[in-house]
Amino acid sequence: MIRVTRRFRFSASHRLHSNRFTDAENSELYGKCNNPFGHGHDYVLDIGVLGPVEPATGLAVNLQALDRLVQECVLNDFEHRYLNEEIEEFAEAIPTSENIVLAIEERLRRRWHSIFPGDWPRLENMRLQETKRNRFELTT
Amino acid sequence: MLITRKAEFSASHLCALPGLSDEQNREIYGAAANPKGHGHNYTLEVTLSGEPDPGTGMIFDLKKLKDIISRTVVDPMDHRFLNYEVPPFDRVVPTAENLAIEIWNRLATHFPKGESAQLYNVRLYETDDLYVDYAGDPGAGTEARR
Repeated sequence: MIRVTRRFRFSASHRLHSNRFTDAENSELYGKCNNPFGHGHDYVLDIGVLGPVEPATGLAVNLQALDRLVQECVLNDFEHRYLNEEIEEFAEAIPTSENIVLAIEERLRRRWHSIFPGDWPRLENMRLQETKRNRFELTT
Repeated sequence: MLITRKAEFSASHLCALPGLSDEQNREIYGAAANPKGHGHNYTLEVTLSGEPDPGTGMIFDLKKLKDIISRTVVDPMDHRFLNYEVPPFDRVVPTAENLAIEIWNRLATHFPKGESAQLYNVRLYETDDLYVDYAGDPGAGTEARR
């Protein structure tokens, strides 16, 4: 088994604000991220894929296929967007990095088997870096 | 406890299967199938596991680890065209996956079972945006103790 980790990048803006709380509570809870006009990040997304190396090709995953999948499911929609207003998942959910990772996982999972029909490779983990000082990791 | 030593080497390679057309190889390997080859600055991270020796306070002498990595990996591969100059890549496609496995196999012989320091993981960066992790093959008796 080998794990292949591929890095992608997108830049997007968001605002952390919940209708369940008052303005003062939102400001207290989310701090600067509650700024009414939003703000942006250069997100770094690492996708970890696990699988055996196919003897014929020497590959655990067809990177062309993985790149296309992430491009179509994630980057085409997320790149240079205001997540709160332009990504359907965040009409309700708050676009924290936690929720962004979960939305990306769901998007990839929905199409995974049409791109990789066999048992392998498997989507193993996802890591989202919001800034250089924080990152969020999900092992699926 | 784990310790990780980093090393770098630069090499060229091409990824293509001899029986396939250029177009088919491009579908599988993308730009890496270019018949003339291309190069990368590879970064290798070798991780050992073990407990610090009560006498020396070390899991393994890092200088010795550096020498092993240099002798078995960096010296033979740095500034080489892997397909033409570094066996087994005259027969085996030098994908990042196969390169990591080959590097593991070369290093594993220096950390036999029963020794206090064991080879735990090999991480090979082909670029900043692509790396592979390999921790041995349980079937081949070279697996890491995880």
